[in-house]
Amino acid sequence: MKNLDFDWKPLALVPLLAVLVLPLVGSTSTWVTLTVAGLAMGMIIFIIASGLTLVFGLMDVLNFGHGVFIALGAFVATTVMGLMADWTGSNELWRNLVAVFPAMLVAMLVAGALGLAFERFIVRPVYGQHLKQILITMGGMIIGEELIKVIWGPAQIPLPLPEAMRGSFLLGDAAIEKYRVMAVVVGLVVFGVLAWVLGRTKIGLLIRAGVQDREMVESLGYRIKRLFIGVFVVGSALAGLGGVMWGLYQQTVTPQMGAQVNVLTFIVIIIGGLGSTGGALIGALLVGLMANYTGFLAPKIALFSNIGLMVAILLWRPQGVYPVANR
Amino acid sequence: MNPNLLELKGVHTHIGAYHILHGVDLVVPRGKLTMLLGRNGAGKTTTLRTIMGLWHASQGTVVFDGQDITAAQTPAIAGLDIAYVPENMGIFSDLTVKENMLLAARSAKNASQMDETRLQWIFSLFPAVEKFWNHPAGKLSGGQKQMLAVSRAIVEPRKLLIVDEPSKGLAPAIINNMIDAFAQLKQTGTTILLVEQNISFAQRLGDYVTVMDDGRAVHAGSMQALAEDEELQRSLLGLAL
Repeated sequence: MKNLDFDWKPLALVPLLAVLVLPLVGSTSTWVTLTVAGLAMGMIIFIIASGLTLVFGLMDVLNFGHGVFIALGAFVATTVMGLMADWTGSNELWRNLVAVFPAMLVAMLVAGALGLAFERFIVRPVYGQHLKQILITMGGMIIGEELIKVIWGPAQIPLPLPEAMRGSFLLGDAAIEKYRVMAVVVGLVVFGVLAWVLGRTKIGLLIRAGVQDREMVESLGYRIKRLFIGVFVVGSALAGLGGVMWGLYQQTVTPQMGAQVNVLTFIVIIIGGLGSTGGALIGALLVGLMANYTGFLAPKIALFSNIGLMVAILLWRPQGVYPVANR
Repeated sequence: MNPNLLELKGVHTHIGAYHILHGVDLVVPRGKLTMLLGRNGAGKTTTLRTIMGLWHASQGTVVFDGQDITAAQTPAIAGLDIAYVPENMGIFSDLTVKENMLLAARSAKNASQMDETRLQWIFSLFPAVEKFWNHPAGKLSGGQKQMLAVSRAIVEPRKLLIVDEPSKGLAPAIINNMIDAFAQLKQTGTTILLVEQNISFAQRLGDYVTVMDDGRAVHAGSMQALAEDEELQRSLLGLAL
């Protein structure tokens, strides 16, 4: 018998928001441009948030230091892409991709390695102590930011898009930036891989079960702490990848960028339901769309529009759009 | 070979500031079904959780199959072939029935690698498990969840099966199914330790019994001897079987 009980309402929020905004925007072409920009931003935030939500769900760890992996990933990308200036300056897309993919890979490796150390020395001593987790992980992020300043300097560094990724496609009258399409594609690939691992593999099954009831997973004979370390490292690596994507999106990187994105990331995982990857995707897309629509329609309220969105969602579903059972 | 698969000697357990177990002695003979009886708050669940390493004994020893597991971690204890069904059943509500079963089948990487013969046997014991195979476990009724919890514990052969109150909140017809299931498991030679408050359930299944009160084992012997001694029943349990 098939499971027909999937809850479609949260998923419907994304197209619903887009459709409701269309008359306010007025121009269809502007609406398409804003929508694609919002989806691209949402996908990048999802890449960053997916690991964080699993880290919280699995071990009840509030990691306010997640932003350091974002900033580190972006700064590593400036170095790697700086070393490949000939390739990023080329007009040929494949040569640009040859520069961007190693930058992403190295950023993920470095962020993942830092994640391993962060879990061992900062998070592990404060398991089960939320207040200490908040304080010590924020402290870890401050140290990380200072180390970035030591290595790359305190000033913002440009991270220009490679030549062939600049500019826009024209879809009728709507201009769609090439990089935003790429961000959506990368986000979809990450989501697809995560969905496959979580839904189709035994490791994924263990992660989903551990998010619900880690004591029972241990009673079945599985060492959930090892699983958690793996998830923490992968989550850090994904934040590093998200940092590269965000840096290219903004075309500049600063040591404080992680702390800035952190706010959006926490809004996303709260909207999604702590521990829910599917919820994080919905939350990220809503946040991305909301930021772009309000930025165009009412720039003065853009800053707190996402907080308003979170409040509205929590009034509707206090545990987030896809609350994890047993929590 | 030691005739007892599991032995607890003088086990004390503290939970925070509370001293719950005050020197519990318990033996679980191999291939037999041992009942752990006692009033609410006697320490039965704490004893099971201490065996599983979910709470650690502050004093005393827990020995399983000749190995001291007093200080061992829960995954290592479960890895010694002990299956545990907690009082709240420990069902993963967001996972399907199939996924719950697959998690317990440690040797299987996917559903097709689960032992089909054993699955058919489980389906014959608990048809609801097969009927709702692809349903989210959270949608099952209380009785169906209990069946799933026991099915999950027996999806692979284990040396010891520990179940905390399998009949709790179940309808009489389902209790009969449960009794049939444990009777068949006994025939396979599986050693079983059950916590129970349903005296009729205990009497029909138990080979041995340990009665707990106030964090101590106050009586141990054969179930039959307890069933035949009304005076002893009244003094230990406050009622006759």
